[in-house]
Amino acid sequence: MFDVPLSALVAQVFTGLVLGGILVLMAIGLSLIFGLMTVVNFAHGAFYMLGAYVAFSLLGLTKSFWATLVLAPLVVGTLGLLVERLLIRRLYGRSPDDPLLLTFGLSLAMVEGVKLLWGKIGLTVDPPKQLSSAVDLGFMNFPVYRLFVIAVTAAALVALWLFLEKTNVGLIIRAGSRDALMVRALGLDLNRIWLLVFGIGIGMAGLAGVLAGPMRGVYAEMGVEIIIECFVVVVVGGMGSLAGAIVAGLLMGEIVSLTTFFAPKLAEIVVFVVMAVVLLVRPSGLFGEAGLAE
Amino acid sequence: MIRGAFGPFTAWVTVHPIASFVVFFAIFPFIAPYQALATQVLIFGLFALGFNLLYGYTGLLSFGHAAYYGLGAYGAGLALAKLKVTSLWLALGIGLGAAVVGGALVGFFCLRRRGIYFAMLTLAFAQMLYFIAFHAADLTGGDDGLRGIPLLPLSLFGVSVSLRHPLAFYYFAYVLVVPAVAGLKRILDSPFGAVLRAIRENSDRAVACGYDINRVKLLSFVFSALFTGLAGALDALRLTVVPVESLYWSTSGQVVIMTLLGGAGTFFGPFVGAATYLVLADRLSLFIEAWPLVIGVIFMAFVLFLPRGIWGTLTSRGIGS
Repeated sequence: MFDVPLSALVAQVFTGLVLGGILVLMAIGLSLIFGLMTVVNFAHGAFYMLGAYVAFSLLGLTKSFWATLVLAPLVVGTLGLLVERLLIRRLYGRSPDDPLLLTFGLSLAMVEGVKLLWGKIGLTVDPPKQLSSAVDLGFMNFPVYRLFVIAVTAAALVALWLFLEKTNVGLIIRAGSRDALMVRALGLDLNRIWLLVFGIGIGMAGLAGVLAGPMRGVYAEMGVEIIIECFVVVVVGGMGSLAGAIVAGLLMGEIVSLTTFFAPKLAEIVVFVVMAVVLLVRPSGLFGEAGLAE
Repeated sequence: MIRGAFGPFTAWVTVHPIASFVVFFAIFPFIAPYQALATQVLIFGLFALGFNLLYGYTGLLSFGHAAYYGLGAYGAGLALAKLKVTSLWLALGIGLGAAVVGGALVGFFCLRRRGIYFAMLTLAFAQMLYFIAFHAADLTGGDDGLRGIPLLPLSLFGVSVSLRHPLAFYYFAYVLVVPAVAGLKRILDSPFGAVLRAIRENSDRAVACGYDINRVKLLSFVFSALFTGLAGALDALRLTVVPVESLYWSTSGQVVIMTLLGGAGTFFGPFVGAATYLVLADRLSLFIEAWPLVIGVIFMAFVLFLPRGIWGTLTSRGIGS
């Protein structure tokens, strides 16, 4: 039916992996924050956007992509700490709708604030010289920067996994997302853990923004576009499930990428169709536990 | 303190909501700061009223009400511009039909998940509709919006009235919004309305009382889509164009902001909120380009410190009371 060269198809699968990787970085932070604090962070996309803008400015200041790659997520994560401490903390104990509404307002304000600071016109960021060529994989050429994005995503996920599984703090986080009351009863200070987790989640959104900048450009609306895709990913994967975020994120990346290849007009719609099907067949999501924060 | 000063006034309005509405909006065009505002407040107030039925009274936070507003607008707009329907009433009916069918379908899917997922799902489905309208440019005009909607004269009992004058259009909208407001009052006062509030306060208890809460929620969703669709259809007639942004998430966000500013779960909150938002946006945009930044900050302050909104604070009603 489709007469396409195999190498083009494989390239598209790799592109899907890149798209999916960015989505996973975003969705996993969203899911982590939700799992622990039942806060749906609407501003997650705005922090992704901020990461890209901060990277643009840091790149101008430091002239080093590598320094930017480390510093920009730290800057964004620190801002995340402030937001949790000053705004979101006030809403614990209220309806879970309230943090969602608050972060929606925050997201609006951030988009306009970014336009004030960096201008309304989108910016472009070049990948570093070492990564700007294409590599010959034997059967096709593929931009090195995209392979690099896949590698960084994988490294960040492994680091997060090690942190959650192998450290004491990680143990408390996992326990806290199961039963916060019990963890408090054991005399642990969950407020600090929440602060930390919010910072980590926001930092990962910042990292995703830094990585996406050179591929997709930097513009104020980039955050809202991705937050909606992330919502789809967590609905499909199951909110609060990290494995779900990874599988659903990669799945969505591939679906979008392959649809773009065969039927570009449908690419923006197909994710929602997949979501509707999952809702019909398995309402709690692929990896979700029914009843979590419902 | 604030409540004290307005006490007798808000008390009377709370006891006689429909009469207050009829009287106030009959003279509103003459006391509004500028005339275009009056019609906008009516239409966006109705939009917020539809949203409020679902969020304020049933406790379901929809972040996708642009969908039913847009379906109402495109339904009426396409009927007039493409189907060349010659009756305003028929065009409005088609708009309402589109919104109700859309609401029933999306509601069915979204109600498969509860709680916080609901907000994300409604947002996602609304965005899907936006992309469909965006790409189906042959039918909807795509990015340029749906143009060429004629403003037909209104025909009633053989008399034809032109709606070109802004005041004529205002009272045309008024005649449609008043029954909608009375209809909402009827719904809220019925046993069905009591079940809605029971679900908002404690859905497990409503289940235990033997109510089929999914059916009730879906019905509330469809009613909400009906009011919202009427607002969309009216706006299409007012503007004689349907911008594709009417389906965009920002439209959904706008109605959320309006309702919370005015007071979710209060009868007049949506209209108070629509007026506040529209005046704020109009005045702020005169001297600051980044006015949504100010609105965003004000909205955050309301969520944090005034969750009952303006009308809810004045009357001590609404969500959280």
